[in-house]
Amino acid sequence: MSILLAMIQTLLFIALAPLLAGWLKGCKCHLQNRKAPSLLQPYQDLLKLTHKQPVVSKDASWLFIIAPYIIFSATVIAISVIPLIAVDLPTAASADVIVLVGFLAFARFFLALAGLDVGTAFGGMGSSREMTISTMAEPAMLMAVFTLTMTASTTNLSLAIGHVLAEGLELRPSFIFALFALILVAVAETGRIPVDNPATHLELTMIHEAMILEYSGRHLALIEWASQLKLMLYGVLIANIFFPWGIAQTLSLPALGYGLLAILGKLAILALVLAISETLLAKMRLFRVQEFLSFAYLLGLLGMLSHIILEAAR
Amino acid sequence: MEIENLDHYSQVILSLAALVTLTSFIMLAQGRLLRLVFVFALQGFMLVSATAIAAYSFDNPHLYISAAITLALKVLFIPWMLRRHILKLNMHRDVEALSNKTAIMMGGASLVVFSYYVLHPIMQNSSMILLNALSLSLAVILLGMLLMISHHQAIAHVVGFMSIENGLFFAATVSTNGMPMVVELGVAFDVLVAAVLFGIFFLHISSSIDSLDVDKMNRLNEVDQ
Repeated sequence: MSILLAMIQTLLFIALAPLLAGWLKGCKCHLQNRKAPSLLQPYQDLLKLTHKQPVVSKDASWLFIIAPYIIFSATVIAISVIPLIAVDLPTAASADVIVLVGFLAFARFFLALAGLDVGTAFGGMGSSREMTISTMAEPAMLMAVFTLTMTASTTNLSLAIGHVLAEGLELRPSFIFALFALILVAVAETGRIPVDNPATHLELTMIHEAMILEYSGRHLALIEWASQLKLMLYGVLIANIFFPWGIAQTLSLPALGYGLLAILGKLAILALVLAISETLLAKMRLFRVQEFLSFAYLLGLLGMLSHIILEAAR
Repeated sequence: MEIENLDHYSQVILSLAALVTLTSFIMLAQGRLLRLVFVFALQGFMLVSATAIAAYSFDNPHLYISAAITLALKVLFIPWMLRRHILKLNMHRDVEALSNKTAIMMGGASLVVFSYYVLHPIMQNSSMILLNALSLSLAVILLGMLLMISHHQAIAHVVGFMSIENGLFFAATVSTNGMPMVVELGVAFDVLVAAVLFGIFFLHISSSIDSLDVDKMNRLNEVDQ
């Protein structure tokens, strides 16, 4: 039963990710006085891409073809670990946060390889930038996650969220720092505005788009979908770790329905905040990203320190 | 005593203490004056919320007045005045090149450790929240001094000075559950007068040496060298 639920939850996650992207785009359009596309536009885009014939360069190796499948499946495995609407899942018990970060790194590794594979200047540039950013984002993310895991004394996400839930409303200085660190890392990792502009192919500053420039058809659809999944993954991670209230703790139908509504509401609010910040901020210069991420690392470190100094028993 | 066992008031105060220290660090690394003033206003706002929460949880109405005064002075008036000066003296586009930012930040971190080291023996028998909040406010005071040492612009010095005052204010609010009204009014008035005087000084310094960089003042001599 619970295995079935875990599968349904993962499928729900996959199905909802384009909707989140559509909602985010809609919010941004309204904020910028543009006419918003329909909420279902990302689904239509994905559908359109799957119908098109993929064009593969004659210089591309087998790696270029299989990379989208690897990236998509690694991301799907990563999201199956995260509690979306219910806390205790059998899949969540099998892998912890560090494995989750590992899966994301695995997907990114193949994305970077695929960018390098064809040998165009843009692909290589995008890969190099992506890896540069991820080398700084990953420690910051782990720092933020360690703050949580030290509080809950487990690296298992389900147990940690259960711990936060059981504790009730506690205001911890370390969690405030970890929350901000994780938000900054999420912005950098999902390629949102101060770090990367997801909406354009025209700038020389593009990072994610530069890597996938050579992809078309169903390959592009898979990669786009994977990056929408990643955006939702970070959103769910932030929402469920720091504001876990509403998530289903029992496997009854009303609790699950309530959990689904709660996570949808939380994600909608998070996306709105992201849309507002994207409208307010301008994209940073590439060489400022390092400052941005070391600030995230600093916040993560401060979170851990304040856990040790301010909160521990004496 | 762990944080789970504390009441919500202590948790909020601890969180605010941590955030106030963070704003001090942000100010320390800030090269742009407008942003420095904004972060200073943010720090003031955290003080206001700490005071208001203390007023609420101890049912101490005169703290509301103190919070209101802080809000009016440190969150609105002084930042507004500093901002006006920066815009008037056309300094908002200058980025101050901080010499050796990393060393300053490391120095700041060691100041935090130092204030714990100093206060730990004294506060041995008091509650954990008092020790933490006092150490962090001492750290904010020391960080304010470090800000004054490391920055060259006179406006940054004023912000450093005011953030020292913020640290003292936070310590007073946390440790005494609110000072007597007379003391607070006196301090608030002092700050107000200081802010106005600084404003006048800015104009005079900038009109006489054409810059607010205090390093240039070292070169002012009676005798030509």
